[in-house]
Amino acid sequence: MDIMENLNGNQLCISLEGRLDTTTAPQLEKVLADRLEGLTELVFDMSALDYLSSAGLRVLLGAQKRMNKQGSMKVVNVNETIMEIFEVTGFADILTIES
Amino acid sequence: MKELTIDATVENIETVTMFVDEQLAQMNCPLKAQMQIDIAIDELFGNIAHYAYNPETGPATVRIDVLQDPLSVVVTFIDNGKAYDPLAREDPNVALTAEEREIGGLGIYMVKKCMDEISYEYKDGKNILRIKKKI
Repeated sequence: MDIMENLNGNQLCISLEGRLDTTTAPQLEKVLADRLEGLTELVFDMSALDYLSSAGLRVLLGAQKRMNKQGSMKVVNVNETIMEIFEVTGFADILTIES
Repeated sequence: MKELTIDATVENIETVTMFVDEQLAQMNCPLKAQMQIDIAIDELFGNIAHYAYNPETGPATVRIDVLQDPLSVVVTFIDNGKAYDPLAREDPNVALTAEEREIGGLGIYMVKKCMDEISYEYKDGKNILRIKKKI
């Protein structure tokens, strides 16, 4: 998985490419641990993400909880497979998803 | 029928995924079904890697069978580790808020929802978990 970061003031956009799974989720977790300090807006662009597994959901949930305290978070450009995962797991109600 | 026996480690999830994807490509499996099967591999082989032989490492076998009418693929995960039935676990409450959420059990729940059938048996000292997906 490739992780691209675009920081604009207190807004960070993270673009994910590939698969967010057991093997790659720790990479994203590390980026978030280093970058969330002082952010008020976090955006995940998933246009190039193929899919995510529960390991990826765990990292997104952690980010959402943190951003609930310090600002806002949204997820954009989600494909059909990923949207279905968000729906069956109830994450569609937890996350702010924009297409 | 094709099968691969390999050490059950997180590092080998990718090898297993590539092995299964190669078989799916030969069947002209639609991309969405392939991705759902790949997610199931991440969850199920990942579980074996984390828990079956913990703290040691041991082997797992992944077998693919193709069924006709309707065209379906069956992926079987076999390990000789501790007996563990992931289907015995209660489904997580997916209606909770972010703060109330616990992530445990979500992986197997996703697999149940995305596959057409899932079954578990413990036989001759082996955990045998089967998923079936129409393609």
